[in-house]
Amino acid sequence: MDILSAFEILVKSMLFASAPLILTALGGVFSERSGVVNIGLEGLMVIGAFSAIIFNITFASTLGGATPWVALLVAMAIGGLFSLIHALASITFRADQVVSGVAINFLALGLSVFLVKAWYGAGQTPKIPVPMYYTNIPILSDIPVIGTIFFSNYLTSYVAIIIAFIAWFVLFKTPFGLRLRSVGEHPLAADTMGINVYRMRYIAVFISGILGGLGGAVYAQTITQDFSGTTITGQGFIALAAVIFGKWHPLGAMGAALFFGLAQSLAIIGSSFAFLQDVPNWILLAAPYILTILALAGFIGRADSPKANGIPYIKGKR
Amino acid sequence: MSSRLQAILVPVISVLLGLIAGAIVMLVSGFNPIEGYGALLRGAFGDTFYIGETIRQITPYIFAGLAVAFAFRTGLFNIGVEGQLLVGWIASVWVGLAFDLPKFIHLPMAVLAGAAAGAIWGFVPGFLKARLRVHEVIVTIMMNYIALHLVNYLVRYVISDEQNTTVAVPPSASLKSPFLENLTDFSTLHNGIFLALAAAIIFWVVLEKTTTGFELRSVGFNQHASEYAGMNVNRNIVLSMVISGAFAGLGGAMEGLGTFGYGFIHGAFSGVGFDGIAVALLGGNVAIGVILAAALFGTLKVGALNMPIESGVPTELVEIVIALIIFFVASSYIIRYLLNRYKKGAK
Repeated sequence: MDILSAFEILVKSMLFASAPLILTALGGVFSERSGVVNIGLEGLMVIGAFSAIIFNITFASTLGGATPWVALLVAMAIGGLFSLIHALASITFRADQVVSGVAINFLALGLSVFLVKAWYGAGQTPKIPVPMYYTNIPILSDIPVIGTIFFSNYLTSYVAIIIAFIAWFVLFKTPFGLRLRSVGEHPLAADTMGINVYRMRYIAVFISGILGGLGGAVYAQTITQDFSGTTITGQGFIALAAVIFGKWHPLGAMGAALFFGLAQSLAIIGSSFAFLQDVPNWILLAAPYILTILALAGFIGRADSPKANGIPYIKGKR
Repeated sequence: MSSRLQAILVPVISVLLGLIAGAIVMLVSGFNPIEGYGALLRGAFGDTFYIGETIRQITPYIFAGLAVAFAFRTGLFNIGVEGQLLVGWIASVWVGLAFDLPKFIHLPMAVLAGAAAGAIWGFVPGFLKARLRVHEVIVTIMMNYIALHLVNYLVRYVISDEQNTTVAVPPSASLKSPFLENLTDFSTLHNGIFLALAAAIIFWVVLEKTTTGFELRSVGFNQHASEYAGMNVNRNIVLSMVISGAFAGLGGAMEGLGTFGYGFIHGAFSGVGFDGIAVALLGGNVAIGVILAAALFGTLKVGALNMPIESGVPTELVEIVIALIIFFVASSYIIRYLLNRYKKGAK
């Protein structure tokens, strides 16, 4: 294989595998920046994947080519609503946020597989009639050499990268973003300044649900194209790793997600590269997790979480 | 209301609420909840075979619950039971296959290998927490997936010859018990349940009756006070994670040497480790509570297998019920609040 075609496969599979990770990780950044730990990203992806696949199968005949895109919107809405359970438990009921996140993962998987079995009589849905396809971006994809590599991919990959920049702008350049970050760093001070801590946290968790649902929907409609209990296995936790490896910064999380996406795709296609043939496959599969631990331990730059992350805010308590 | 009574009432109410919510889910999706739960009970206790299966399922739940509970008591959250269980599983099978020894040496050695592997997997997050203040929740989650991929690699390329399963461990390293199998109409019940009950007793003795246990609990209550009193907080954090990991590794050895008798490639986690979090929470992080909660979850899990056969209800209903029980226990603040309100109202 010549270098150029190897490079093309790498870039394409990286963009392909990392789009859902980027979106979900951005959701995690919003939630954790507001002070709510979100272990439930995995469950939010499951709900998103489930909603998108069911919607796609049910409405493909009426909506035609627009189906997968409408399905993304539906998955975002349902993911957002589902995340409110986590918000209710961890913000209003002061539940341990980690425990609530674990419960979200259980509930998402249990509920979605339960409904699939009740509706389809099997543990797996049929293939979706209208999956997503590669899109050639006009003009740009006609550029020789780099055109097909960078501008002929799933549109969702570009959407994910654009949303990462929007998320950065919202979090760091708007008053809303400043308020959201302030309730995650020092909720008491924010409360004193007249910011409604509970409302900000609810909004942040809701956004994480929207983005997690979107991530799951993208994953299901581009990669698996059906839904079962094993559609989402660990992608939510890789996204969580990307949040931390990216130091709770939207663009950092995007970079980490791209990198982890690359590691994932290398694990699958790596055997076609001579220099990777001696690396055991499991190291590539486990690379995101190993690197995240190393990053946390301070070997790859210190990763410090938002100060009030994981602590329920109790009004009037100092 | 006394805190002791509340400590019992909150889990009981949570379980009842979870079961009621499960019944509502069945009603809404067009099933008969009485038939559904009836099938579940028959599937768990219907005849001796099912009782054997239920007790067998309780075994790893006790270990997973003890693992999570032990770390909790030192103020640590071990979400890594899933991974510690997997490495314990494969280590015990590996030792079971690699040696040819008489049973009274071989079996203890294989079981202890499982505990040691789990302990090593628990040591890493414990060490990072003690030395570098890295949050153990994230590290244990990451360690889960490292374990999953490593174990799959070991099964495929090291222990077996590119197969999806290893060969079965020889009788000299097996926990299987012909006596228990005969007693329960040839279920997969094995001797592990006795080890699980013994582990629960050890858990209680270590935490409640030894100086080490006092220090561990003290660190869980207040790190600064413990340090001021002259305890080595860092050492206790590492120790707690190591013991917690050892319990989880033992749970894996039960699966590897007893239930299955071999190792195999996992596409995803078994879920026993995550369920262990629910077991520990529901059991209030004490030995007897863990046993009772493990019994409940074992019953639900095994009984669920009969639900689709007799009542058409998908087994996943039980996952929903378990998830809701976790929510209710975790949100105990609101249950306590309502209990107190009710009590005041009664006066």
